[in-house]
Amino acid sequence: MTDAAPVISVSNLIKQFGRFAALRGVTAEFPGGKLYAVLGDNGAGKTTLLRTMAGLNRPSSGTVTILGAVKFHDICQQVGYMAHPSLLYDEMSGMENLAYFAQLYGITGATSRARCADVIRTVGLNPDLARPIGQYSQGMRQRMSLARALLNDPKILLLDEPFSNVDLHSANEMVKLLARTRDQGKTIFVVTHQAALLEGVADEFIWMEFGKIVARTREFKAPESTGESRR
Amino acid sequence: MKRAFPIFGILTAVLLAYALYQALVVAPTEQTMGDVQRIFYYHVPSAWTAFIFFFINFGASVVYLVKRRPAADIIALVCAEVGVVFCTVVLITGPIWARPVWGIWWTWDMRLTSTLVLWLIYVSYLLLRRFSSGGETPVLAAALAVLGALCVPFVYFSIWFFRTQHPQPVMGGGGSIDPRMLHALLINWLAFSCFAFMVCWSRYRLETLQRDVDQAHALKSLRDPRGSR
Amino acid sequence: MSAPTGITRATLLKDLRLEWRSKDAINSMLFFSLLVVVVFSFSFDPSAEESRAIAGGLVWVAFLFAAVVALNQTWAREIRNQVLDAYRVSPAPANALCVAKTLGNFILVSILETLMTPLFIVFYRLRSIGPAWQLLVVVALGTWALVVNGTFFAAMSLRTRSREIMLPLLLFPISIPAILAMVQATTAILGGEGARFWIVLLGTYDLVFTTVCLLLFETVLNAE
Repeated sequence: MTDAAPVISVSNLIKQFGRFAALRGVTAEFPGGKLYAVLGDNGAGKTTLLRTMAGLNRPSSGTVTILGAVKFHDICQQVGYMAHPSLLYDEMSGMENLAYFAQLYGITGATSRARCADVIRTVGLNPDLARPIGQYSQGMRQRMSLARALLNDPKILLLDEPFSNVDLHSANEMVKLLARTRDQGKTIFVVTHQAALLEGVADEFIWMEFGKIVARTREFKAPESTGESRR
Repeated sequence: MKRAFPIFGILTAVLLAYALYQALVVAPTEQTMGDVQRIFYYHVPSAWTAFIFFFINFGASVVYLVKRRPAADIIALVCAEVGVVFCTVVLITGPIWARPVWGIWWTWDMRLTSTLVLWLIYVSYLLLRRFSSGGETPVLAAALAVLGALCVPFVYFSIWFFRTQHPQPVMGGGGSIDPRMLHALLINWLAFSCFAFMVCWSRYRLETLQRDVDQAHALKSLRDPRGSR
Repeated sequence: MSAPTGITRATLLKDLRLEWRSKDAINSMLFFSLLVVVVFSFSFDPSAEESRAIAGGLVWVAFLFAAVVALNQTWAREIRNQVLDAYRVSPAPANALCVAKTLGNFILVSILETLMTPLFIVFYRLRSIGPAWQLLVVVALGTWALVVNGTFFAAMSLRTRSREIMLPLLLFPISIPAILAMVQATTAILGGEGARFWIVLLGTYDLVFTTVCLLLFETVLNAE
């Protein structure tokens, strides 16, 4: 069921913020149907890479091709994005939040209600909970945020620090969900500092340092510092 | 190109001197206002010059929004700065003129009022450029410049109508103008435009150099990331 | 194209619902509007004949203050959890968001104006010699002019330091022709004179700036 053709390919991607180069020439291909964990220190460029793939940052030079498209907007229906801030409204309940974001993807009416409830249940939460999500625990909020990313049944999921400040139980539940999602043929990118959670689950670990990919391993084992990043 | 700058500079200086001579000596003394009226040769050309440069700013901003060329952004910035300076000249010479002639510091004369509003709009443009950071500044500034430029016709129409309803002392005189005065006026306008162009050119070079320095730092950071933190 | 209008409607309803639920923002804005009217009444003595003559201008300056307070919180909820990122990665057009926010602000500012107007009428003993329905037209057009530019500049200010001062700093200069028109039209109608020129100017201003703001909103939203 694994797609042999790369669903995302990145070619000589450079991103500069003023004098600081966050991405210094990233070139890679990512075949579909896998779960990729992107790791590295702060400032290594993981979030920048993900945001560039999500069309939120325009590269200074280089290209990103997702599902054959160079402009993110062409395939945005098939990508789900999630980041550490919840990207949801604290004052609304889970269902209300998802019902609104479903509208943005063209899902309305009774289909919307069914889909939202479905997706909320998938992440292990109760769709009938009327509490505003501002009152949720961090774990619940991250799961609801993941539910929002899954609303449009995307082929690709881009997740930035999904386990941040999340209790272990919620985090493990999310990991299991991601594994199931990957088994359904979706491609998932997870940027995280807690990569140990993905040990044994992720298909590939992508190690970044100073704005470049320095290694791609199948096991969760930090590569020797090759000095390659200095170049 | 490098030779052209000093040559053009000298020509401009000569032109400015000639224009000064025209304004202060050759042009006839005005009947009612006397020698104070000579400030007209600074007041009016400054307004025209400011207007031209704001128009160039509009053009450069549109080019930037469409093509995203960095040179267009620099031209827009430079023209706005020079335009604001000339607007300031108008706003200062206005009261200097009005006070001895009409006894008041400010008249809601059409040119003066419109210039004030333009000055406010383009100062807000410069402040936006100052207060926004990084990559988005050119885009935001260009958007604001387009809005500001579209506002200009409304500024003129509204003040024109307002003035017809509430007439105020007019600066610069209506009716026919003595040909020697017109000559002095046009010479001064030409001199001011050349001077403004010189300033723009220097400022453009300065800004380009600044960006080249930033780019060099950025490239250095591309090669060796550790030094840039 | 029903999808963008659906999104606009959904966004507008969501904003109104959230505003209704918390009521924090609107309560403080209502009280602020009341304060502005009272302070103006102390500063510009309503009993003096001159004050009645400039009442048209006073009303609009008060409306302007209220509008700035309302506009400054346009994107407050979106900033909190970076919701705009979710919007940007979705297929929803940026215009739909712009229209929804502008309509929401229009409703909010209109509510504030509805509170302030009776107070002004009472304090300044205002009577309109001209037809009152024309005043409604002027208020609607004038409010829209402030709100359409204000929402756009509020989005622009998101990317700047000193966000809250940038909004009025950008809004006021560009609004001057519109403000002149609003004030002159109001004063003319109150005094029983014709305001046709000013109303046409306001209408044209609204048309031009609504169009340009809609065209440029996506660019500003995605500037980075």
